[in-house]
Amino acid sequence: MADRLPIETALPVGAIDTRATGWWAMIFVVFTEAALFAYLLFSYYYLAVQPHAPLTFPEGGLPDLKLAVPNTIILLLSSGAVAWAQLNIEKNDKRHLVWGLGIAAVLGMIFLVVQYFEWAAKPFALASTPYSSLYFTVTGFHMAHVVVGVIMLWMLFAWSAMGYFNRVRYAHIHIGALYWHFVDAVWIAVFFTFYITPYLGLRT
Amino acid sequence: MTITDYERVPTVSTEQNAVLAEKLKRLWETEPGIAGFFSTVDHKEIGIRYIITAFAFLIAGGLEAALMRWQLAWPGRHALTPEQYDQLFSTHGMTMIFLYAGPVLSGFSNYLWPLLLGARDMALPRLNALSYWIYLCAGIFLYAAFAFGFGPNDGWFNYVPLAARAYNAGPNIDFYALGMILLGISTTVGSINFVVTFLRMRAPGMSINRVPILIWGTLTASAANIFAIPAVSLAFFLLWMDRNVGTHFFDVTTGGSAMLWQHLFWMFGHPWVYAIVLPAMGMVSDGLPVFVRRPLVGYTVVALATVATMVLGFGVWVHHMFATGLPSVSLSFFSAASLIIAVPSSVGVFAWIATIWTGRPVFTTAFMFFASVIVLFVIGGVSGFMTGSVPVDWQLTDTYFIVAHIHYVLIGINVFPVVGATYFWFPKFTGRMMDERLGRWNFWTMFIGFNIGFFPMHISGLLGMPRRVYTYADGMGWDWLNLITSIGSYIFAIGVLLFLINVWKSYRKGSLAGDNPWDAPSLEWATTSPPPPYNFVVIPTVASRHPLWEDRLQQHEGEGSHVDAGLVLDHGREAIGTSSLDATPDIILRMPRDSYAPVILALTATTIFIGLAFHLWWLAALGALATGVDIIGWLWPERALGETKEPAING
Repeated sequence: MADRLPIETALPVGAIDTRATGWWAMIFVVFTEAALFAYLLFSYYYLAVQPHAPLTFPEGGLPDLKLAVPNTIILLLSSGAVAWAQLNIEKNDKRHLVWGLGIAAVLGMIFLVVQYFEWAAKPFALASTPYSSLYFTVTGFHMAHVVVGVIMLWMLFAWSAMGYFNRVRYAHIHIGALYWHFVDAVWIAVFFTFYITPYLGLRT
Repeated sequence: MTITDYERVPTVSTEQNAVLAEKLKRLWETEPGIAGFFSTVDHKEIGIRYIITAFAFLIAGGLEAALMRWQLAWPGRHALTPEQYDQLFSTHGMTMIFLYAGPVLSGFSNYLWPLLLGARDMALPRLNALSYWIYLCAGIFLYAAFAFGFGPNDGWFNYVPLAARAYNAGPNIDFYALGMILLGISTTVGSINFVVTFLRMRAPGMSINRVPILIWGTLTASAANIFAIPAVSLAFFLLWMDRNVGTHFFDVTTGGSAMLWQHLFWMFGHPWVYAIVLPAMGMVSDGLPVFVRRPLVGYTVVALATVATMVLGFGVWVHHMFATGLPSVSLSFFSAASLIIAVPSSVGVFAWIATIWTGRPVFTTAFMFFASVIVLFVIGGVSGFMTGSVPVDWQLTDTYFIVAHIHYVLIGINVFPVVGATYFWFPKFTGRMMDERLGRWNFWTMFIGFNIGFFPMHISGLLGMPRRVYTYADGMGWDWLNLITSIGSYIFAIGVLLFLINVWKSYRKGSLAGDNPWDAPSLEWATTSPPPPYNFVVIPTVASRHPLWEDRLQQHEGEGSHVDAGLVLDHGREAIGTSSLDATPDIILRMPRDSYAPVILALTATTIFIGLAFHLWWLAALGALATGVDIIGWLWPERALGETKEPAING
């Protein structure tokens, strides 16, 4: 080992690609957040399979997919827009970086608006039954993550527009993207649990 | 702009260099006075604060215990009302388990990790400061509630339905719930910091089979926390919702489940038990061999067993719930897992015995504390193994036998190693030795007092004394046992007092220590005592597990480790980033300046929780807004950190 002591190769300085400390930190933020959602969904399944759970599980019959399915697609497209932004900055295309982030943020906001209508259409409230408590709490947790993500995307948008990044220095973009991809991916698990499993015969 | 603008060949220095040391001191030193106090990101400063704060909570928890033992010393005493007693035992548990046992280990690890790893600081210094400030705020939040008579009153594991609004109308549980969520943030960011530091900040050449066992212990605990903390934070949040906005998660009458609380709590709770002992076992594994003058026996097995214990530790939570009427197939599985976990968790004990057996012990106070862990761990481990068996558990659960078990585990494998570690590392922290003569008195008073106090609890439990009774009738057969327990616990408290006196006395006028008073093998002893703000003048290069014992062990590769020659990194606050397994340098990291962002974030986050506690929604919203603004300011891309397109100063 010691014979390697005089380093002759140049080392990058600063926050570069996946060697940036913040990138590693975000990986573990995602792990702990994923665990949080795992415990949330565990709570759902645990209460759903209790022998004494109310027969109305889900409350109000099979969930309506009219808004939920398109909204899921919107969120996935938003992830795609961020991925496109990432590709662009790696090619030093700063203009399309800004576009990608802006589109992703707008799609995220559309998701929130649609979620609002989805919530408003529910015939039950947070405090009605265990199912309603679970529904609003779990989707609420997810919406809170989307709100944080959208604010983050607008900040990245602003910083990109201010010309902070180039094809070597874009750690913030990569780190933020990691979070946003997680927020979108975890929605699939939430969506599957609340909207698909009732159709598969879990407690209806 | 080309990639080469962002590169540099780091300079290497091969001699002790006073000019360089002076330059590094200017770069890394925290501003003196109040400004530096609130803005420092120095891991050593943060570590010491963690340790002092944790000991303050240890004293508070100890005083609560002293009051309870006063009440229980004789039958039929009513000095404390049942309500007061409920709050005392709940607050005692909360304090010792959450505000002392975890944070004190974070403190030692914060101080020691960069020194053990040959690094200039933790990977995320500002996050490190945030972790401490939130811990302090959460502790004050919980204790402020207690001071006003609103401490937790349903035991530290806070079972529903007793914790539900219908049966517990006061705000006590709300404060406990919110305070625990706040504390969870501190533990989570601290844990992320340890894991990233392990993966990225080890000195060149320190491959993962060369890190001290303390690193393995804290790493394992931190990785577990990352996955376990969300369970308890969520449980407390759902409970707070049930109590404050009328949700039905734990409300059995409408189809919720009281068992859901127990599952979520213990899915966290059991890994947490290992999180507050594994780093302490690491202290013993690193400290004890120094005093028997040989390397630890079975390094690889001990490291692997540490990880294996934690992995299995995620699959044993139901053994806290054997008496709840779960199906027998579930009981069988979790009983088997709880018995199997005895294997990896006892590997360390055998390694310590073998190390002493084949070494030449030097009977210092630190050695005696470390060695005593073997005895206490065996007693606490065997009682745990016993209750891993379902029928035994049915007989003993909720008796004083369990109280004895938890105290042998937490005092035996947390407090005794921590006090030993203080004797061991105090010279590094302060530059002064602790008093050995007073140390003997300290050790024997604590050891004898502890065993007199807590061993009889096994017997009172076997005789049927339930835990958490505020008083008991005459003639149950527990009178003498309780008196002995109370006397023993006061002797133990005197032992702890002797320890504190020794710390104070030695800090003021202990004999000077020098760099390496114990002739120990690891990197923290290669720098001065106390270490300078930058830790090492040059970054050490590591060629073996025992860099400072290589001359006599001859186990290194090539020409051996270098501690006086290595990378310079003096172009600002800089550290070397290395690859995760082999620790090959792959980047020069720019480290942050001192910053007020962490302390401000802790205060704004606490404001959210104060708003929630008092239903001042506007205050919570204001706190959230301020938190958001603070985070944006904190994360704003900085040229000095090499986060924007301008090259960082390249020198």
